[in-house]
Amino acid sequence: MFDVTTIRKDFPVLERQVHGRPLVYLDSAATSQTPQVVVDAMDDFYGRYCANVHRGVHALAEEATAAYEHARGRVARFTGADPRGVVFTKNATEAFNLVAYSWARVHLGPGDVLLTTQMEHHANLVPWQLVREQAGYELAHVPVTGDGVLDLDAFDEIVGSGRVKLFAVTAMSNVVGTINPVAELASRVRAANDAAVVVVDGAQSVPHMPTDVRALDADFLCASGHKMLGPTGVGMLIARPELLERMPPFLGGGEMIADVTLERSTFNEIPYKFEAGTPVIAEAIGLGAAIDYLEDLGMANVRAHEQALTTTCIDALTAIDGVTVHGPHDAARRGAAISFAIDGLHPHDIGTIMDREGLAVRAGHHCAKPLVRSLGSVATTRASFYVYNTPDDIAALVHGIEVTRDFFGGRV
Amino acid sequence: MTEDLYHEIILDHYRSPRNRAPELAGAQVHVHHNNPLCGDELDLRLRVTTGESPSIDAVVYDGEGCSISMASASAMTEAVAGRDLGDVDDLAQNFRAMMHGEHVDREDELLDGIAFSGVARFPVRVKCALLGWMALRDAIATFEQGEESSRVTHEEPTL
Repeated sequence: MFDVTTIRKDFPVLERQVHGRPLVYLDSAATSQTPQVVVDAMDDFYGRYCANVHRGVHALAEEATAAYEHARGRVARFTGADPRGVVFTKNATEAFNLVAYSWARVHLGPGDVLLTTQMEHHANLVPWQLVREQAGYELAHVPVTGDGVLDLDAFDEIVGSGRVKLFAVTAMSNVVGTINPVAELASRVRAANDAAVVVVDGAQSVPHMPTDVRALDADFLCASGHKMLGPTGVGMLIARPELLERMPPFLGGGEMIADVTLERSTFNEIPYKFEAGTPVIAEAIGLGAAIDYLEDLGMANVRAHEQALTTTCIDALTAIDGVTVHGPHDAARRGAAISFAIDGLHPHDIGTIMDREGLAVRAGHHCAKPLVRSLGSVATTRASFYVYNTPDDIAALVHGIEVTRDFFGGRV
Repeated sequence: MTEDLYHEIILDHYRSPRNRAPELAGAQVHVHHNNPLCGDELDLRLRVTTGESPSIDAVVYDGEGCSISMASASAMTEAVAGRDLGDVDDLAQNFRAMMHGEHVDREDELLDGIAFSGVARFPVRVKCALLGWMALRDAIATFEQGEESSRVTHEEPTL
């Protein structure tokens, strides 16, 4: 059941005014808003059964453990994963770092190639750069063509060497919205080197479209709670359990051990081996509630809703003289993170004036500087949409562009 | 609050820039400053009078950037025209102090530069307003070292 008028009532923040105007929230690709049911789920934890998990025998600890593990099951079902392969992290960035330090550092070395793309968020670039210092592998990047898609000829050439041992790629660009053919790319990487693993950045795709980690053919999938109606502070690493089994711990401490002496420790089974210390309990429970909410809406409906908004938005923006929309224009090939440029205006000026109109858009490099540079730019203005956005929001965006141009008039 | 940032005088300099030019006949110094984090690029060319106490004969700027950085450079070129190089340095210090919310003695001499005092309330935009002034100070230092050009990248984070 997908009715945006009903959905909006579940998000208290959408009632508020910003600078005296109704909020038009177009920055969900950075952080989505939180439905009341998610806040209630975390409230319930703190109000009724706040306790540490996997320790203690009292009722509250048992309830907290059950709720936390229930949330893990929710993530697993939502992504087609084995619950033993679901590790809660503090964000998607930590999930990438976990793979970098516990897989790439151990399994890649001189002569191996770690392949990413020019489209990646810094979270899917910087950890590989850091670990390269220790592991000595080579880094390579699939370039992006002018229309914001991966250059598949260049991809094939690099992969053809047979030396690519880890391929890390985003399922959906956070800047230009491009949906990458992840499963196809994964199969080509594996065909060239059957020891290769595939790491997928699902931070933008998991919140916005149906996800099946097996269909993606991903060994590791990283995603973030606060971009999918969940709270901040929780992310996910979804991994093939047999790979996790073979990996050394990333962080050490309580919870992740089986036995500890002063000299050495043996480690807990997966996924607990990768959840050192008290985990993100309330946040994971909140994320579980967010997943319930999304499943009630139906992820296919979410995707269809956003695809319609994307078409409306791109049609509206491209109809304005002097406005350029980056990335693919066909909504079937992209998500609802839409970066654009207005001739003669700097994104920071655009963002500031739009804010005065109640419009929350993102201006900057979106933590993806190599990609933004490929657009011949250093910054873009980005509007991104989610379940609670409507065509009225797009009309407000178009109005905001007109107001911005009038404000800086004369030069444009 | 936007009015503090985008004062009418700032918008006027943005729409009708003063001393914005890609070349300057007889310039002794050319500096290029950029801030890769927000994408501002600024070229500044300086012609200095020769003699006992050199002063600014002409200064022009050109570049790409947000309204604050471009308008501030424009207002700066007017405020420093004809001044001794040492005096310019002091005025630049006054502008920088104003950008950090401090009271300054020479605000009247900043001419239209006074309109940027409100930018101090937008910390992420202070770097934008300072770009032109930093380029000018660099141009003077470059000249005093007997060099002809300089390239500087400012890595300070903005938005």
